[in-house]
Amino acid sequence: MTAKLLANDLTLMRGENCLFQELSFTINSGELLLLEGQNGSGKTSLMRAIVGILSLESGEVLWNNIPVYQQRQEFHGSLVWLAHRTGLKGDLTLTENLYFEGALRQRSDADLAEVFKRLGILKLRNLPLRLMSAGQQRRAALARMLLFETPLWLMDEPFTNLDHEGRELVKSLIDEHLATGGICIMAAHQSIDINSTIIRVNL
Amino acid sequence: MIVYSPERPGIIIGLVAIARRDLLLAWKRPGDILNPLFFFAMVCTLFPLAAGPSSEQLVASGPGVLWVAALLSTLLSLNSMFMSDYEDGSLDQLLVSLQPLPALVLGKTVAHWLTSGLPLVLISPLLAMTYKMSTDIFGILMLTLLLGSICLSLLGSIGAALTVGLHRGTALLSLLILPLAMPVLLLGANTVSLAAGGEPYVTGIWALAGYAVAALSLAPYAAAAALRISNE
Amino acid sequence: MRKFFNQLWKLFIQLRVFFHQLISPLWRFFHKLASPPHFYRLAATLMPWLTVPALLLITYGIYAGLFLAPPDYQQGDAFRIIYVHVPSAYLSLFAYMIMAISGAIGLIWRMKLAHAVGAAAAPLGAAFTFIALATGSIWGRPMWGTWWEWGDARLTSELILLFLYFGYMALRSSIDNTAKADKACAVLALVGVVNVLVVHFSVEWWSSLHQGQTLMKKGGPGMDADMLYPLLATILGFTFLFGALLMRRLRTEVLYRERRTRWVREMILSPEGGK
Repeated sequence: MTAKLLANDLTLMRGENCLFQELSFTINSGELLLLEGQNGSGKTSLMRAIVGILSLESGEVLWNNIPVYQQRQEFHGSLVWLAHRTGLKGDLTLTENLYFEGALRQRSDADLAEVFKRLGILKLRNLPLRLMSAGQQRRAALARMLLFETPLWLMDEPFTNLDHEGRELVKSLIDEHLATGGICIMAAHQSIDINSTIIRVNL
Repeated sequence: MIVYSPERPGIIIGLVAIARRDLLLAWKRPGDILNPLFFFAMVCTLFPLAAGPSSEQLVASGPGVLWVAALLSTLLSLNSMFMSDYEDGSLDQLLVSLQPLPALVLGKTVAHWLTSGLPLVLISPLLAMTYKMSTDIFGILMLTLLLGSICLSLLGSIGAALTVGLHRGTALLSLLILPLAMPVLLLGANTVSLAAGGEPYVTGIWALAGYAVAALSLAPYAAAAALRISNE
Repeated sequence: MRKFFNQLWKLFIQLRVFFHQLISPLWRFFHKLASPPHFYRLAATLMPWLTVPALLLITYGIYAGLFLAPPDYQQGDAFRIIYVHVPSAYLSLFAYMIMAISGAIGLIWRMKLAHAVGAAAAPLGAAFTFIALATGSIWGRPMWGTWWEWGDARLTSELILLFLYFGYMALRSSIDNTAKADKACAVLALVGVVNVLVVHFSVEWWSSLHQGQTLMKKGGPGMDADMLYPLLATILGFTFLFGALLMRRLRTEVLYRERRTRWVREMILSPEGGK
């Protein structure tokens, strides 16, 4: 699988102030884009702009050389977004949460039990999410990435609340994803060591 | 084991899935369904206490009171329509899902109606009885409330989408929705009054049905647009 | 089936691109018109052309209406309030229309000036609605013997319209981000404008049920010319007045929205000081 994401002169305003101006970058298969910057520098906003939730002041994002706005569905079908908030319902169990995920996105052949085992949350699968710890909820949110084999991963601070083991898990997941030709866009405070090309964008 | 729907699931599948998810959530928190119902019953109790229990007055004001109470209790439940999705980030995930947003909004509205509108319709005869309404018009009362509550849920979805994430959203939501909902109230309550007085009432029913159909086809788009704006 | 829809969607996208290229010259003209500094000056130029006719027409209309027109054979002199009431009532609807249309333009073509028009028009519309309500109620006093008559369809619709304006302004004031407030209000105005029609017809139906009093006569062919011409003059004059007030408010609105930009700073610091 080869994929390519290209950002062309992105400018984003939040109310009065400008978060970034004429930002451009290109990422190819097997590469990781690391967004660095202080709190409030616009890392999350950039991700929201890439997926099309925030409207850009100017510039465009191209997915496989076609502007994203011309292929909203295809683009959304090829990404998974691990946002700051998990997007899972606290009152539902893990299994229930992911069941509805499947109907809203695409079909998945992945075995749920395998996915949960990999993430170390197999025993928690019938527990409502609000009873889990913050770290366990983060792990649960990672399940989306394993269920849907999408080329583009957007991860907003994936290491937050995770223990050492959890961080290693995320790292190995990213390594695997990039090795199979995926793309990863990640916002993080600290640097990470992985075996692939890292493109840094400082906001 | 869970069977996943086929690749790029159809719109109906998405609509049903989101409605089922919301119903399941409501099932796990029955207070969300019951509180507006209790509110409905209580508002209906307030009027005879305030205005006096004379039969004539009750019969005359019954349809109006029931309808106003229904409108207010629907308002009460509207605020939470998109609130939890907004807060836990589900809304973000819905926006990047493969389903068109209006379909998802419609699914959520259907769930809202099933948990707030339908229960109102079902208990309305009970309260109508206390207002000494004749049993002959229970059918009309329920029919108008059925159509009217569909309209209110749909209109409400627009208001809820516009105010999601705002501080003091509830008061604002009422201010936005009440003038929009006035025609529904007016048609519904007066149709019941006409039926109670033995006059021809069919016009009101048709108008309500027309309103419901128009709202069904337009409101999800407006609410989806509003939701995108609110979530920016 | 799905393939068919996919094809249809692709066709739609292509059509959109084609359409975009087709209208782009017109588009650039629009953009120039809508550029804030250009519009700011244009509005200043327009002001006298709106204010002077407004004053002339309203002065003539009010004078002729109050002194020259004969008293109504039924209502006596009380009918003369229509020279304020009817133009205000018409403008209350007109302003809402403007809000909805400019909202649609702002949403579809992302024209920021259009949103400013909506923001500037709302308080004006609300004011005219209030005047229409107040004059209607004053007129009702000698006619019905009461300040407020629920049975009157037109007054009741006006009241609901006033609430719609309140809702619009409340929504705008409760969203801090101007761009977001603009878009949200545009959606609300569009939903509201559909509803205004529904309100009109349903209230009409409702008041016919309750034998509402015969309403204030609208200016029409049946009206005496001495009564009609002043009315037409005030309607036109009020419209010009509305235009002048709108331009004035728009100038302030544009200036406020562009307060961080260079052209505003340069203009303020220039010898003319932003005249």
